[in-house]
Amino acid sequence: MSTILIIFCFLSAITLATAFMTIFSKNPIHSALYLVVCFFSIAGHYLLLNSQFLAVVHIIVYSGAIMILFLFTIMLMNLNKENEVHKPRITRLGAIVSFCLICLVLLAVFMNSKPIIGPYDFTGQDYQSIKVLGKVLLNEYMVPFEFASILLLVAMIGTVLLSKKEKTEK
Amino acid sequence: MNNILNEIGIENYIFLSVILFSIGVFGVLYRRNAIIVFMSIEIMLNAVNLLFVAFSTYHQDAQGQIFVFFSMAVAAAEVAVGLAILVSIFRNLGSIDINNLKNLKG
Repeated sequence: MSTILIIFCFLSAITLATAFMTIFSKNPIHSALYLVVCFFSIAGHYLLLNSQFLAVVHIIVYSGAIMILFLFTIMLMNLNKENEVHKPRITRLGAIVSFCLICLVLLAVFMNSKPIIGPYDFTGQDYQSIKVLGKVLLNEYMVPFEFASILLLVAMIGTVLLSKKEKTEK
Repeated sequence: MNNILNEIGIENYIFLSVILFSIGVFGVLYRRNAIIVFMSIEIMLNAVNLLFVAFSTYHQDAQGQIFVFFSMAVAAAEVAVGLAILVSIFRNLGSIDINNLKNLKG
């Protein structure tokens, strides 16, 4: 066991455990906090894969923006009481069975299909520093980049319109 | 750090994201609280993003990371709109239990 493999196993254990705790904890605020830990460990995976830019963006966007949005929504709805009704037992059993089946099938497929994975040879070429990423993003992917800005603008306007209080007719 | 995929192996990343994706599916099926369902969808998105980054490292190509970048932008927009819809549902119905959303049932 090399050090990198130990770090990988540790991060994976944290990721999976906190993902499970997100689903199983009764209080929605606890769910959101577990999800923050899960996102941080995924950012650790990105760092392990040596893609620093995506790790930082992931922390800023997910752990910063999205989770703050979730927490504010939960507090706005005053949901931090633990009296949620559960689904009927048969539905929960079906959910567990389908989870086990989808895990089994996908893992079996990827274990037995033996995809052609050549040995990984590092060519020493720089492909994931911010400099290279910025060049690729603003040369080849210029048009999708601009469309992403339009998408964010439309989402912002839609959010404001949706969450505005409707005026009652007099 | 350069031979990281020699030490870990791309299969381990495939297995990790398969299990993470299955956990997301499980959360969508298991819970009734619409916010937790949203969080499960986020977990699924992240599983796919992780696999994109792993294969981008494997092929030593920046395009996978660009795709993850765009998928993060889409996820941020989706969460904002979805939570606004949830807030207006809560304002109209008084709860966000997805079993109460039966107005279209006929």
